[in-house]
Amino acid sequence: MIMNNGTNISRRDAMTLGAAGAGGLMLGSPQHASAVKAGKAKAVIQIWMWGGPSHLDTFDPKPDAGSDYCGPYTSPIETNVSGIRICERLPLLAKQADKYSIIRSMTHGINGHETASYVTQTGRPVGGEVYPCAGAIVSLFKGVDAGYKGLIPPYVVLTKPQGRFSESGFMGLRYKPFATGGKPSAPIFTVEGVIQQGITKARQQDRRNLISTLDTYGRKMKGNPAFEQMDMCEEQAYELILGDAGKVFDIKSEDKDLRARYGASDFGASCLIARKLVESGVPYVTINYNGWDTHKKHFDIMNNKLTEMDRGFSTLLDDLSQRGLLDSTIVWWGGEFGRSPKIQHGAPWNDGRGHFGKCFSHVIAGGGFQGGHVIGTSNGTGEEVADRPVYPWDLIGSIYEQLGIDTNAKLPHPQGLDVRVSPTEEDGVTIGGRLREIMT
Amino acid sequence: MVKNYFRWIIIGVVLGMNNFMPALGATNPNSAKIDRMVFAKLDELGIPRSDLCTDEVFLRRVYLDMTGTIPTPKQARQYLSSNGTNKRSELIEELCERGEFSDYGSLKWCDLLRVKAEFPSKLWPNAVQAYHRWVRTALYNNMPCDEFCRALLTSSGSNFRVAPVNFYRAMPKREPLEIARIVALTFMGMRTDHWDEEQLLGMAAFFGRVGYKGTAEWKEEIVYFDPSMEFLHPESKQPVEARLPNGIVVEPSLNEDPRIAFADWLVESDVFARNIVNRIWYWLLGRGLIHEVDNIRDDNPPQNKKLLDFLTQELVRSGYDMQHIYRIILNSKTYQLASIHNEGNLADVSSFSHYYTRRLDAEVLIDAICQITGTTESYSSEIPEPFTFIPEKLRAIKLSDGSITSPFLDLYGRPPRDTGYASERNNIPSPSQKLHLLNSTHIQKKITSNKALLGMYYKKSKEKKKPTQAWLPPEEAIEGMYLAILSRYPSAKETNDALAYIRESGLGRYDASVDLVWALFNTKEFIFKH
Repeated sequence: MIMNNGTNISRRDAMTLGAAGAGGLMLGSPQHASAVKAGKAKAVIQIWMWGGPSHLDTFDPKPDAGSDYCGPYTSPIETNVSGIRICERLPLLAKQADKYSIIRSMTHGINGHETASYVTQTGRPVGGEVYPCAGAIVSLFKGVDAGYKGLIPPYVVLTKPQGRFSESGFMGLRYKPFATGGKPSAPIFTVEGVIQQGITKARQQDRRNLISTLDTYGRKMKGNPAFEQMDMCEEQAYELILGDAGKVFDIKSEDKDLRARYGASDFGASCLIARKLVESGVPYVTINYNGWDTHKKHFDIMNNKLTEMDRGFSTLLDDLSQRGLLDSTIVWWGGEFGRSPKIQHGAPWNDGRGHFGKCFSHVIAGGGFQGGHVIGTSNGTGEEVADRPVYPWDLIGSIYEQLGIDTNAKLPHPQGLDVRVSPTEEDGVTIGGRLREIMT
Repeated sequence: MVKNYFRWIIIGVVLGMNNFMPALGATNPNSAKIDRMVFAKLDELGIPRSDLCTDEVFLRRVYLDMTGTIPTPKQARQYLSSNGTNKRSELIEELCERGEFSDYGSLKWCDLLRVKAEFPSKLWPNAVQAYHRWVRTALYNNMPCDEFCRALLTSSGSNFRVAPVNFYRAMPKREPLEIARIVALTFMGMRTDHWDEEQLLGMAAFFGRVGYKGTAEWKEEIVYFDPSMEFLHPESKQPVEARLPNGIVVEPSLNEDPRIAFADWLVESDVFARNIVNRIWYWLLGRGLIHEVDNIRDDNPPQNKKLLDFLTQELVRSGYDMQHIYRIILNSKTYQLASIHNEGNLADVSSFSHYYTRRLDAEVLIDAICQITGTTESYSSEIPEPFTFIPEKLRAIKLSDGSITSPFLDLYGRPPRDTGYASERNNIPSPSQKLHLLNSTHIQKKITSNKALLGMYYKKSKEKKKPTQAWLPPEEAIEGMYLAILSRYPSAKETNDALAYIRESGLGRYDASVDLVWALFNTKEFIFKH
């Protein structure tokens, strides 16, 4: 079939294209599938700490730095791994420390949200082309082009896209995430387009018939390729609407106690849904966890949010592990930067923390990453990397490697430029090195 | 700048006096020329053209192509009931005066100029506002496009106060080679990766003295001519001669801003005018005479060279009047052909034998849904600054900042404004889009919130203090839905089908009406420009 932009595509291709969850130029092709070997990991759950969480008040406590740095969090707690201590507000995560490793020497030096988000999520330095973020890359290599057959799109965001930069970069709409919208903790989580309250399946059927009755113009245009594609999209959409695939978003069928452990918050519910999505074969799920840009009222916010995060994140690790899914699922926690270790006293911040890209922490678990380790160290105040700097490309490159994605594979580019998955020294970046210490 | 504006007023006066004012109607000789050239090419290729479109199709199409807005039921009724012989031309003239014409034009230009606050342009909200307003004002006043381009290329000053300097800020890298690459893409429709190195270096030398400096004001930046700078060859580290893309070497004096010499050459060259008319043709007809519009090169010839040359000359002859080009295209039969194919032209995707259907742009689609249902969307920026406050009623085509988005706009392929390539805007249908329109709470809520659209009204009576709820006769309600959603009256068959649904679906009047509106939203006639 010929589309208006002159691209030739077969009906079967168009169906596959449809399944990507987002139409686009026919950029992906089987050559990309061949860049994927069987990896240790099959899926990624990314807990995106939107806004940049304080490293001192989570996984890199500095009780000896004095109250100008550690504020009220003066007594970090021991974890179930001897020698690793984390913030006292994370008691449940302290019991799971054998499952994850902490990177305390993340660095890129950028203090602007938009640029830091780009670098941290794409694993790419700034300048020139706008690269796709990790989720879009995984969607390329593990999604429809690589034989993913699920009705739920291969790259799901709970619940809102984060903006700041385009997730799929030059690869375009086809690799954009499917954002659920809605409120995960509500009695019915209305996933935009998938689950709607109060419309029965019978009425859906009636509506479907009604469209075809009223589609006068569509009938006149019978045979037009652009419209045939639209019809295929509709067919596929109905398969999801009328079928059972959408049940993956329903957490009511889950064990009540388990749900309570995840917590009643949107974040907790999102963690549980992320597990269900991964269980059903979705290769990349991002939980956009908002609210960490704590310039003001920092400790008040942290007192509340850390408890919520502690519940959701720790239960997710435990639940994945109990189901035998942790070995094949990477859980990646982190934001665009950390927060200034030195507390900003006085107006207007009144004990807040600013942006801090020079040194911060990320956490990585599962999918072939060993738990119970700390990679790198920060100095006594958490303001400098003291040892073993880890750049975003080191971390993301390691994730790709565990997924079996060739980090030197070519990416589809609309103008045909030779662009590769991960940067090398030739791209002008400093390489800290993959996380060999914990990669099995 | 004052001088430029002055010149621009003079041109306006001159235009008013001579024959560049549009000759109205199908008799517009320039439009007739376009048709002769297009139809001759079709004859040559043996492709039969489609019939002319009907008034109801023309109404909706020209509204959408010019203003990115569908007509209201009142506008549709008025137009469809008018018997004027020149009604199509008159409508084109009327729409030229609409604010939405400038809004929608600004949207397209700002896509091209990569206007966004955040990554990678990083213009920041107040500069985005200033830049967008400058572009819109220029289009609203129909600033000649040579002046428009010259202002963007040669201005110096503060990003907040001299808005066109933001052209030099909305770049992934602020260096001469990158500036040259972007200038070629934007104003010449060319990709420099096809050029030889010397050509690109020579052009970059014109941008070797563009300086940037901050001020004491938060996020203010001055773009200026810095005579102390020099563009050096990346390898030999020797100064590079400023060489125009046509090979001529220019030697600006030390105290002269070399950007001016470049802009002088560019706006006078056919390269510039051709790029502008090719883009306008693409915006209106869905495909450039040179395809893609930003891939102009010798081995990518135009589909119809005579026509492209003619339009190029017309732009120059009219004093770089972009509206003139809009007018002569819109008044042509070529533009007014039906989208419905015949046996001989179904496969044609490049010879303009019929109007090529295109899915509505993301912004246009959500605006249409909001207009019909009387609802609004809320847009907000991640940047907490006063300049990012967006009134609830603001339409998506008026959003100035490419960083401000919504799940709907993202889903429907709004361009991220990363590169300025036309292909960034993606209007190809996907199942996720279908899911949203078929089954989302977002759309359902909009439909159910507008009782008037569903045919309900409140009746006042003397006996009761409170007005009572009543329903329009179903035929009348159905007619209203068709006019609001599809900008036309329903056929007898359609009315009967809709009546049958109200009667036989087993749903109450309210639910059945919701389903009717919902079904019309999901017809191809609504989702596509046709």
